[in-house]
Amino acid sequence: MSQVLQPEVGDELPPFVRVTGLDNWNRFAAVNDEFVPIHMDDEAGRAAGYPSAFGMGTLQWSYLHNVVRGWCGPSGRILSLRCEFRSANTKGMTVTARGVVTNIRSTQQGRIVDLDVWTEDQEGRKIAPGSASVLLLA
Amino acid sequence: MAGLTHISDQMRAAVGRSTGPRVSFPVSESDIRRWAIAVYYPDPPPREFIDADAAARSRHGGFVAPEEFNPFAWMVAVDNQSSDTTVNDPDRTERMLGVAGPGLRYQLNGGQEVEYGEPIRPGDVVTEVSRLASYHEKEGRLGLMLFTITELTWTNQRNEFVKLTRQSLIRY
Repeated sequence: MSQVLQPEVGDELPPFVRVTGLDNWNRFAAVNDEFVPIHMDDEAGRAAGYPSAFGMGTLQWSYLHNVVRGWCGPSGRILSLRCEFRSANTKGMTVTARGVVTNIRSTQQGRIVDLDVWTEDQEGRKIAPGSASVLLLA
Repeated sequence: MAGLTHISDQMRAAVGRSTGPRVSFPVSESDIRRWAIAVYYPDPPPREFIDADAAARSRHGGFVAPEEFNPFAWMVAVDNQSSDTTVNDPDRTERMLGVAGPGLRYQLNGGQEVEYGEPIRPGDVVTEVSRLASYHEKEGRLGLMLFTITELTWTNQRNEFVKLTRQSLIRY
């Protein structure tokens, strides 16, 4: 059953939360062929200037898609998404992907919802801030 | 600081050049399942990514991959981008274009922006063409950092637009 979305500017998306570490990163490495020492080995992470091994930016990217998909479900189609990878997702962090509706516009394609999206650590520090646009489907 | 740069004349001359194509193997249902399981771990992914009946009931009428799915992981059917380099080689961008890289040790994904077109379905074969769009540099905590922007265009076997990615690689 698809539910018609009636978003308003300022609406917050239901967050997507994960406690992160090698369990998450190894699984992602296995599907994305991303077995890089900095993502697997604390020594390599420290040599690169971080306190431990750290997760892939591409997995933060997936978490951002997950939070948008979790919000719009079958009622929306992701048209675009962008983010910066601003800080590292080190071992043990609780990563939360969040989003907020910033704009709703009518276009020839239909109604498009613009969102600010980001991942943050347990202190609320942003890891991967960005934005997305979602086409609302009738 | 004047004159200090990681960008050689050869690298500058390579801006705007394309490599490729790379062509994926046909995407399978279980490629989609495994991807979804990994990116939603430890919770189960939405049913439409793992269950054929749920996928059939979705608005797509069957499986589609999560938007950010990568059909080029592990192996590809055709790789005209290949050279004497590996995927994790920090100089890969330049080597694929036949020029010497900056020789930096570390690389990070600086960010990306993507426009999406047709979703990827089981059986799809995806073709990628890569273009070196630009270089710039910035002084950072870890020294002079080199930012490289690459554009990746994906199409499917029906020549439909799948996505355009602008990717920022940071090297230091």
